[in-house]
Amino acid sequence: MDLYDDDFTGDGHWAFGTGFRDPLDGVPMTPASPELAERCLALGDDALVMSHRIQEWCTRAPELEDEVALANIALDLLGQARLLLARTGRDEDALAFHREAAGFRNVRLAEVRNGDFAHLVVRLLVFSTWRLAVLERLRGDPDPVLAAIADKGVKEVAYHRDYAARWTIMLGDGTEHSRERMERALADLWPLVGELFTRDPDLRAGFDAVIGEVLARATLKVPAGTAPPGPRGDDLAELLAEMQGVARSLPEATW
Amino acid sequence: MTWPLYEVFVRGKRGLNHVHVGSLHAPDDESALHNARDLYTRRNEGVSIWVVRSAHITASSPDEQDAFFAPSGDKVYRHPTFYAIPDDVPHI
Amino acid sequence: MSTFDEVIAADQRIEPRDEMPEAYRKTMVRQIAQHAHSEIIGMQPEGYWITRAPSLRRKAILLAKVQDEAGHGLYLYAAAETLGMDRADLTERLIDGRQKYSSIFNYPTLSYADVGVIGWLVDGAAICNQVPLCRSSYGPYARAMIRVCKEESFHQRQGYELLMTMMGGTAAQRAMVQDAVDRWWWPSLMMFGPPDADSPNTARSMAWRIKRHTNDELRQKFVDMTVPQAERLGVTLPDPELRWNAERGHHDFGTPDWDELKRVIGGDGPCNAERIANRRRAHEEGAWVREAAAAHARKKEATP
Repeated sequence: MDLYDDDFTGDGHWAFGTGFRDPLDGVPMTPASPELAERCLALGDDALVMSHRIQEWCTRAPELEDEVALANIALDLLGQARLLLARTGRDEDALAFHREAAGFRNVRLAEVRNGDFAHLVVRLLVFSTWRLAVLERLRGDPDPVLAAIADKGVKEVAYHRDYAARWTIMLGDGTEHSRERMERALADLWPLVGELFTRDPDLRAGFDAVIGEVLARATLKVPAGTAPPGPRGDDLAELLAEMQGVARSLPEATW
Repeated sequence: MTWPLYEVFVRGKRGLNHVHVGSLHAPDDESALHNARDLYTRRNEGVSIWVVRSAHITASSPDEQDAFFAPSGDKVYRHPTFYAIPDDVPHI
Repeated sequence: MSTFDEVIAADQRIEPRDEMPEAYRKTMVRQIAQHAHSEIIGMQPEGYWITRAPSLRRKAILLAKVQDEAGHGLYLYAAAETLGMDRADLTERLIDGRQKYSSIFNYPTLSYADVGVIGWLVDGAAICNQVPLCRSSYGPYARAMIRVCKEESFHQRQGYELLMTMMGGTAAQRAMVQDAVDRWWWPSLMMFGPPDADSPNTARSMAWRIKRHTNDELRQKFVDMTVPQAERLGVTLPDPELRWNAERGHHDFGTPDWDELKRVIGGDGPCNAERIANRRRAHEEGAWVREAAAAHARKKEATP
């Protein structure tokens, strides 16, 4: 019996790796300027570190359907990280596995330790709303490679935002208990929002509008005030110890 | 607390009918559509999906009334040919 | 209308609302649920390595693979639901220890080579078991298995490719691979179940065409397939009795430690308690989320 003898699924349309185009297909690759490399590094680190935190949810999701959805999001972000790190002109694995915490350029929102599912939902809502705005702008970047990466990323991150927004509404306007957890997560994470707009302060208004609309539908309030974030903890160092441990223990190895 | 069961129908490409591909659980219609995209189509663009609560299906005979089920769905890096294995390795 | 026996005799599929003997229904529920549980519990030994994968390419592959296992569990629970079961109820039975999962997942994964060996040997054994199930007599199960088998062919190949890469790496990597093969070989052989003589349900399952081959037949097939792959890889399978028997046209091989299999099935494997505790925690910590989503849906239905 031929397992592939199935017209409906056998045309390759369903399988990644067959029906998908290389996002950089036909895009001219020129050496990245130091300024471009630095921007790609920061965007890549955000995606890599955020993906790691979502990977930590694997086998812990509240329902199997969400297990699948979260893995998709983590895979999308990992894919973005790989394209962006490669665009710096350096080796993706050297950057991911052989850099110290001080060399990472990610925002703190991506690195803080996981909490409960409400924490994940709020972090993903904030992260993807911000990142979507950033990537939409980068679609018009003078570097055609970064523009192509951003174009692919916009579709993915719009989907992540949609996932997070739906859960924000369900948990905010669910039970009393879920609402309390969402309020706590918002309070915990909101001090990290300010840092996101250091580079592009003009994106803040659009961000606030989207978050305001989602939270209103969730019957939640946008946290008041702009409390400064606490001191940076060792969350990233701890994350990297786990991520880099195997690679560093066998530096001559090939994988 | 189990969410309702939904049946998923997918139009794989233009010119084809929607075909039943499987089922899943979701708290509401919108989530069901989202979950169906994640599980059964991996968000390929140009694909059309219908979801319907299993409880809302009326069947021609009691014999067929249950959730008719034919799972489908595929994912990333999922093609065996993605992995270079020498031709002289048998049965893999 | 055909009776159950006529459908089986004609090698047709039984569909959900067909009349079926209660023992057939119970057997199918038990087998499909056990299979679904195995997919979900089986995410854990590999899932541990996702955040630790030594390259970004390996990380993406492993994450995709473990995600597949969640999807496979989902397909299989849905197949069980066509028999009137409820997924939440089946999950309760799993974490209460009333239903089993494959004992292979009660062994620990000690190094990244284990990811490769699980793909090669454990998924290889699973494929041997599952390909015939694509023609199993219960329609929803057979259709689920077609999809699962199609996806698992990538699982085995990624494992073998990882091992080939490691065998071409450093001496330390080659030692890791051999160590993982030494630990996983015998548990993989046990995945086919006890020997036919100790498998009282096999005859009935074959008569009902739930199973198509006996445990020992499948085990032999797996050994015959795997030996040349091991040679090509350059690893030694840890069985001094393993040799080609030209007369039989098959490999002879040693006897797995069946007492160990009984102990592990009985709950006394290295990781049984940990696997169930993790699954229980995820299920219980997710309860408020599932409840909130259901509460939100009720509100929306009340005020359209």
